[in-house]
Amino acid sequence: MVVPSLKLQDLIEEIRGAKTQAQEREVIQKECAHIRASFRDGDPVHRHRQLAKLLYVHMLGYPAHFGQMECLKLIASSRFTDKRVGYLGAMLLLDERHDAHLLITNSIKNDLSQGIQPVQGLALCTLSTMGSAEMCRDLAPEVEKLLLQPSPYVRKKAILTAVHMIRKVPELSSVFLPPCAQLLHERHHGILLGTITLITELCERSPAALRHFRKVVPQLVHILRTLVTMGYSTEHSISGVSDPFLQVQILRLLRILGRNHEESSETMNDLLAQVATNTDTSRNAGNAVLFETVLTIMDIRSAAGLRVLAVNILGRFLLNSDRNIRYVALTSLLRLVQSDHSAVQRHRPTVVECLRETDASLSRRALELSLALVNSSNVRAMMQELQAFLESCPPDLRADCASGILLAAERFAPTKRWHIDTILHVLTTAGTHVRDDAVANLTQLIGGAQELHAYSVRRLYNALAEDISQQPLVQVAAWCIGEYGDLLLAGNCEEIEPLQVDEEEVLALLEKVLQSHMSLPATRGYALTALMKLSTRLCGDNNRIRQVVSIYGSCLDVELQQRAVEYDTLFRKYDHMRAAILEKMPLVERDGPQADEEAKESKEAAQLSEAAPVPTEPQASQLLDLLDLLDGASGDVQHPPPLDPSPGGALIHLLDLPCVPPPPASCSVTQAGVQWRDLGSLQPLPPGFKLFLCLSLPSPGLSSHPRSQSV
Amino acid sequence: MALPHSTTASLPQRGDRGFPFAAAAAAAAAAAAAAGQAPPRPRPAAAMQFMLLFSRQGKLRLQKWYVPLSDKEKKKITRELVQTVLARRPKMCSFLEWRDLKIVYKRYASLYFCCAIEDQDNELITLEIIHRYVELLDKYFGSVCELDIIFNFEKAYFILDEFLLGGEVQETSKKNVLKAIEQADLLQEKTETMYHSKSFTGFKKAY
Repeated sequence: MVVPSLKLQDLIEEIRGAKTQAQEREVIQKECAHIRASFRDGDPVHRHRQLAKLLYVHMLGYPAHFGQMECLKLIASSRFTDKRVGYLGAMLLLDERHDAHLLITNSIKNDLSQGIQPVQGLALCTLSTMGSAEMCRDLAPEVEKLLLQPSPYVRKKAILTAVHMIRKVPELSSVFLPPCAQLLHERHHGILLGTITLITELCERSPAALRHFRKVVPQLVHILRTLVTMGYSTEHSISGVSDPFLQVQILRLLRILGRNHEESSETMNDLLAQVATNTDTSRNAGNAVLFETVLTIMDIRSAAGLRVLAVNILGRFLLNSDRNIRYVALTSLLRLVQSDHSAVQRHRPTVVECLRETDASLSRRALELSLALVNSSNVRAMMQELQAFLESCPPDLRADCASGILLAAERFAPTKRWHIDTILHVLTTAGTHVRDDAVANLTQLIGGAQELHAYSVRRLYNALAEDISQQPLVQVAAWCIGEYGDLLLAGNCEEIEPLQVDEEEVLALLEKVLQSHMSLPATRGYALTALMKLSTRLCGDNNRIRQVVSIYGSCLDVELQQRAVEYDTLFRKYDHMRAAILEKMPLVERDGPQADEEAKESKEAAQLSEAAPVPTEPQASQLLDLLDLLDGASGDVQHPPPLDPSPGGALIHLLDLPCVPPPPASCSVTQAGVQWRDLGSLQPLPPGFKLFLCLSLPSPGLSSHPRSQSV
Repeated sequence: MALPHSTTASLPQRGDRGFPFAAAAAAAAAAAAAAGQAPPRPRPAAAMQFMLLFSRQGKLRLQKWYVPLSDKEKKKITRELVQTVLARRPKMCSFLEWRDLKIVYKRYASLYFCCAIEDQDNELITLEIIHRYVELLDKYFGSVCELDIIFNFEKAYFILDEFLLGGEVQETSKKNVLKAIEQADLLQEKTETMYHSKSFTGFKKAY
């Protein structure tokens, strides 16, 4: 029994009526089976209907490859209905990856030479959508013939098909170049548009064609001028702008022709100024033309006044209520900021306003542009705005914003204090989003600004007391408190309100950091080391510190355990050395890791090279020389001022004789510690004593500090 | 369908490079270099790469591809792009960056019209292209709605093919486009009646 095949509309209704995915699949599979059977039986009358149904099903995502041959048969048929559906099928189902596609070349050739315009249109459309390189080569002569046909309908299609052919087979440029000059004289907008697109394509592909077409610049200028001064035309105008599509295309071609060419650029200057000032910008069409004009002005060798006009237009776009236009303006300004920096600077306030946009893509662009506009004269104001933005920006922009602020601060910081404040603020607001080396950079910065030690440690202490969750901040604060704890307790500092800080409070805070579940292992390491350093900076007895250190001797974290055990040993067996080891650090080279490694390695080498247990003069001086080298290498090392003679002398004296127990008075004071140089008189460290000297150096690779070879 | 301009926008996607278009462009450049020509400016195959129409539930209503891609790649792109566009909030701008393409989209009632253009193309004029296409559909179907496009999807394709060719605008006059469609429809009707009346006398020029 023959089941009459469903009409397309009925099938669509049935599919839409299906309540579940499974039901839909069932309906479609049943229908596809019918379609396959019908294709097999070769029913010519309803073939187009079957293919149409198949194409619908294909759009829903179901396989339809068995319809490919049917497309060919339909295209070959003489019925227009068949051809229409057949060509549509070819565009949807066939492409150059299938071998079958070459089989339609012949049908297309026949259809092109037939002389029935709708049919020719179909063939050209299909050729320009899915035509492969082979097809293009075969059919190029046909298309060339059609370029000279009288009917505009076919000609405009032929021209655009030529564009496609050139994209696929660049050698065909030579075929399609000659007719262009004549085609430019046409009045039909469609043909003009196609010709200009063709010329654009030719010029972009070959410098020779570019030179050839430079001579049509005056003609193009004339065409565009006529368009702009033409009155309203119902056919081609969109909201008061005559044929914006054609205008935009002409402007694009002018841009390509005028690039790097003084003469052409000069010919265009007046026209561009005219377009820029006369275009009605109340609706999108006018803005589209204006935008293209701006792009062209910026790309050719235009007069300076024209460039300023272009940037001002972009500035006006920034104030437009339409979000799309603001987006386009921000993107273009970003491209221009390198070449026309001062012109873009004038619009800085508006750009900063855009930071407050609710649309994330706009605020991202505004952020990039703002960062590019920061310079030494506006850095304070800009940083204020950017920091405000950092507090309220969406999370995916935070990292970019934070690193942008830090970079800009580094380049343009007016004073060190401002720089430290800025970094502090970033760490407090967006600590989790900063890069790893921010901690190292900040410690480097603080270490280098001696006059700000007291200020920094105080501020960091306050920040830490408020919040111990931001890891980079905690790390820096711990390091600072460890290094400059004595300044913290001294209580007076001109730049900040005097604050009485108790020793116990400081220790309690560091212990809190150690115990907090929010602290990373690296942070804990920092805190432990800081506690240890405070043992020499604070005046009280060190029982509390010793307690903490011994507790952590059985910590599960291997790193912490090791440190704690070593510190404990330092307390118990090498107390006389503790002060010297834990004194303030000199400044390290900026490109941190290498210098750190070198410093450590040379120290190790120094210790290893010590042969005799008792330091003799030549060896001491050898060591001194090595350390000299170290000092020389690390650029702007700040030497802490030497101690006044008596305590220093006492220290040196002590260390001369390692077996002598230390006098009771010594440990705490170290205001500024012995000069680095004087460590030369130290014995080589006893065996098994890992290299602690480098403990205090925060290295960028935070998780594990480099371990020296065991001696 | 009244044509409300509801602008929607969202976060730009900085996706991965190495998209098939880039590969195609690289292949084209290599081929040109092999042919001994000056290497062309790296340009993908067409100005407009593709146009997609889909509903708010993510169902595809029309897909026009101007670059050669395998079915699998097309499906993948469609799926990802539909997801990205549907995730955008109503008040966002109409442009977004996706992989190495610029996407221009606009919502008309329940349909999203989505075009992918090259880096150097003008986004604002693409919005005009989308709007012109919607106007053409509106004129043809008389107050078009999504159902018209579902049940007459072939007509939607035919109209698009009279407006754009190979990814470029071919006709800027609304009148001419509609006239061309009319002529083609007339020819179809004529051949149907001729065919069914079995008095086939051969084709004549349509206009």
